[in-house]
Order: sequence, then C-alpha cells, then structure tokens
Amino acid sequence: MVQGRGREILGKLVHWSIVVVFCVLLAFPFYWMLITSFKRTGDLYNLKNNPFVFNEKPTLEHLQLLFHDTLYLRWISNTAFVGALVVLITLLLSVPAAYGLARLTGRWGQRLGIGIFLTYLVPPTLLFLPLARLVAILGVQDSLWSLVLVYPSFTIPFSTWLLMGFFKSIPPELEDAAMVDGLTRFGAFLKLVIPISVSGILTVTIFTFTLVTQEFVYALTFISSESRQMVGVGVPIFLVRGDVYYWGSLMAACLITSLPIALLYNLFLDRFIAGFTVGAVK
Amino acid sequence: MSNRKLGAVMFLPAILYVLAVVGVPFVLAFIYSVGDVKIASVGYHFVGLENFRSVLQSPTFRRSLYDSVVFTVGTQIIVLVGSTILALALKEHFRGRGLVRFLILLPWVAPVSLGAIGWKWILDSLYSVINWVLIALHLVRPFEGPMWLGEPSLAMMSVIGVESWRLLPFSTVILLAGLTAIPRDIPEAAAVDGAGFWRTMFQITIPMMLPIVNVAVLFAIIFTFTDMTVVYILTRGGPYDTTQVLPSLAFFTGVLGGDLAEGAAISIFLVPLLMAVAYLMLRVAHRSEVA
Repeated sequence: MVQGRGREILGKLVHWSIVVVFCVLLAFPFYWMLITSFKRTGDLYNLKNNPFVFNEKPTLEHLQLLFHDTLYLRWISNTAFVGALVVLITLLLSVPAAYGLARLTGRWGQRLGIGIFLTYLVPPTLLFLPLARLVAILGVQDSLWSLVLVYPSFTIPFSTWLLMGFFKSIPPELEDAAMVDGLTRFGAFLKLVIPISVSGILTVTIFTFTLVTQEFVYALTFISSESRQMVGVGVPIFLVRGDVYYWGSLMAACLITSLPIALLYNLFLDRFIAGFTVGAVK
Repeated sequence: MSNRKLGAVMFLPAILYVLAVVGVPFVLAFIYSVGDVKIASVGYHFVGLENFRSVLQSPTFRRSLYDSVVFTVGTQIIVLVGSTILALALKEHFRGRGLVRFLILLPWVAPVSLGAIGWKWILDSLYSVINWVLIALHLVRPFEGPMWLGEPSLAMMSVIGVESWRLLPFSTVILLAGLTAIPRDIPEAAAVDGAGFWRTMFQITIPMMLPIVNVAVLFAIIFTFTDMTVVYILTRGGPYDTTQVLPSLAFFTGVLGGDLAEGAAISIFLVPLLMAVAYLMLRVAHRSEVA
C-alpha cells in the first residue's frame, strides 16, 4: 500500500515535470517578446543586466515607435482587408461545394472531396514562381488583389474538407422532411442546412482568416511596396532598417499580432483537428 | 433537377477555382523548368533538361538538397519523440489543462514569420539570452558565447530547433485526438491482466496510436520539407549556404535572381516527396473508409 502511494506521487511528479518543461520550452519566446517590448533601450542592451527581469522602469517607448513611426497599423488593416475578402470568396465557393460533395454525389463525391483536400498539400514554394508571372500578366503585381486572388488556393480546399465532415453529421431526414413540406433541395440547403451549420461556417471563417495572417511566401513574392505589405511580412522584413533591428518594437508587434489569433484559434481547435485527422480517428 | 446535377452545379465553381490557382501553376512549374523564362523575358523557348543539368552541377544545389534532408529528418525525429511524450502527459484531465493547452499551442498558432523573428532575437550574436545564461553559469567566457546563427553546424541545429518548436504543438494535438479515441477499457483490461506500465505503453497504447501517428508525421514532413520561412528569417540560407534548403534556394534563384526557369527546376525536386506523401495519405483515408 505504502509502495503504491509512493508510486502515485512519483508518477505525478514525472507528469508535472514533463508538462512544465514543455510549457517553458514552447511558450518562452512569447514571454521574451513581452518583456522585450517594455524594456528601456539601455536596459535591453546592457550585457551586465539580468535579462529576465526589468532592471530599469518599464517603458512604452517601443510601443509608441511602433504605432506612430512605422506602418504597423497599415499592415494590420491590409491584412484585415485581404482576410475579409478571402473569407468571402472561400465561403461562397466552399459551402455549396462541401454540401454538393457530401450529400448529392455519393461515393464519387467523397473521392472528389479527398482529391480537393490533397491539393492543400501542394505547397506555395512549388507554385509561387508560375503564380508570380500569372500575377504580373493580370497586372496585379504589388497589389493586395494578387493575394485576394491567390489565397483561396489553400483556404478553399481546407474549408471544403472541414465542411464536408460537418454536413455529413446532419441527419438527412431533416432535409427530407423539409422537402416533403414543399421546399426544393436547394431551398432546403439555403433555408435549413445553412442556418443549422452556423458554427461550422464560423469555424471555417476563423481558420481562413488565421491562414491568411500566417501566410508568408506569397506576400513576400508578390508585394514589394512597404505600404502594401501584410503584417506577417511587414514586421519581420520592413521593421528592420538596414542591419538595425528595433528589437523592442519588433517584439511588441509579434506579440500584439499573435495573441488575438491564438485566442481565437483555441476556441475552435477541436473542429480544426477533426479536419486534419483524415478520418483516421472516429 | 436531379440530385447529381445539382451537386455538380454546387461544387463546380470551387473545383474550377482550385484548378485555376493550383492546377494551372502546378503544370506551369513543369513547363517553366524545361524552358528559358526569366522575370523580364516575354518569349518561351524549350530547352529540354538544360535547367536540370545546370542545377545538378551546382554545388549550392547539392548542398541544399542535402540540407533539406537533414532539416526534414532532424525535425521529424524531435517532433515525433517530443509530441508523443507530451501527448501522453496531456491525455488525462487535470487542473489547469486548458491553460497548459493554450501555452503549448502558441508556437503553431502565431504567424510563423513572427515566431521565427522572436527566435532570431533569442539567438542574437551578442544579446542572446541563452548565452547570458551560459556565461552566468560560467560554462562559457564573456563574449565567447556560441554564434547560434553564424556557425554552420550550430545554424543548422538552430533552424531544426525552431522548426521543431513550431510543429510540435500541431503534432501533439493530432496525437492527442488519436489517444482520446482509444477506448479506455483496453489499457485498463491489460493492467488487470497484469501488464505493467511500460508493457501497456509499448504493446497496446503506442500500436493503437499508429494510424494517427502516420497522419501527424505525413503532415509534418510536408510542412517541413516545403517550408522556407524559418530559414529565410533566421539565416537567409547562410552562413555560406549551409542552411540553404530547396524552397529557399528556389526563392533566391527565381525571385531575387530573376531566373524563373532554374527556380522552377529546383522546386520540382519537391514533387517526388509530395507524391509519396499524397499516396500514403490516400491509403490512410482509404483504410478508414473501409473500416
């Protein structure tokens, strides 16, 4: 009995040390962004100071620099603009597509759905050179419209796949009953299926938006003007002047951008995972 | 209208869009790689395998191919071991699990370029906090701390470390989804039958996790092998191209060097692995469809 008790305590100890070690390893850079954002420049660059704590009073100078003297807010609004339009295109195309594939085309639709999902695996680093030329031919190089046009290439496949799973979980009897009551199939989709799928559509909206904020390669390739950048490229590339890194402002920008995305993402995590497990988990 | 026809009308717009922005450039990548397209040029001449020949003869390319393999394999090992341990530790509900999950997910959820620039500051040549700790512990002398991004082998370790840092949360949550799907009574029954902790772990829990481990690894391989962001932000492929990977080399050649054809030829080398992963992924999907 005593031995059992000892084992239990040992198990708990091992468990917690694993959890704590991983938390520290994974979250440390964000703590580091936080403390760097508020440190005085003198404190930041004094090698004798203990870097883990504030040796001088915290300051808002880096935040002021970021918001007043850089294009950070512009990049945020560019990202919001592109994000909103990409969400719109993605929903307009993937909601009907997912319903059609999940409900109306049987086994064949399921296969086509997997095919669409596989295109999600084709990486930007394979497509960006031909796309750069296509974008130039269309005359949208160095314009946010190039991103609006190209980003659905990865948001549509993933959203369609997620929504297919969602629509399949709705009992078909619901639509059958509505059609007996006089609605057409498409009418049942519009008036019945869409309203009860709000949470699925919301999930797709959030993920489309976060995928847009996380993208780097296309924005770096297509956009050259500083004022037309997305936040993911503007901050790490254009907040650096020559070889000078304004670490305080840079880290503040990273933290302020990442936290809201992280909070949103966490709310919808379980649905997102369901999309990635390809049916290997029931 | 029949169900089938309506279904086709509903999914065709999405499929056509995806074909236009994924299918067309995918085919063009192959066409460019056997042509002479430059960023400024207008015409196109077929040059056969000329680009591939010149690419294969370039020492930088061979180095990048090698680096890509090291980068991908190194990251997979760390991610696989780390996420298995972490997923097993997070399986049971405990107090504070929500907060722990939030903290652990941060690297995956934050935009990758921003996480990477955070690491660039942590690995700074002069103000690195890691070096400060090493100096404080008297493990290295002041001003002699390791140049994390400046020495070839350390730089490779650093980019592998940061890529693993980013993918570990992703792999962990997928494994966790697989673990929670294992019926509780199976490991319990094994324990009743006298199987110890390690035996249950290696003969029951881990084998039952295998299908989902496959999925996690396949995604992680694709994400690592085709990623250029971490390398671009941390080292730009340096020092002396020792951390250059295929995607970043394709970027430098095709976009900054303006040689679209040679850049396309380099990125074509990503395709065999993509095909292999797509095939394996289909097998996983097919098996779960049959089951």
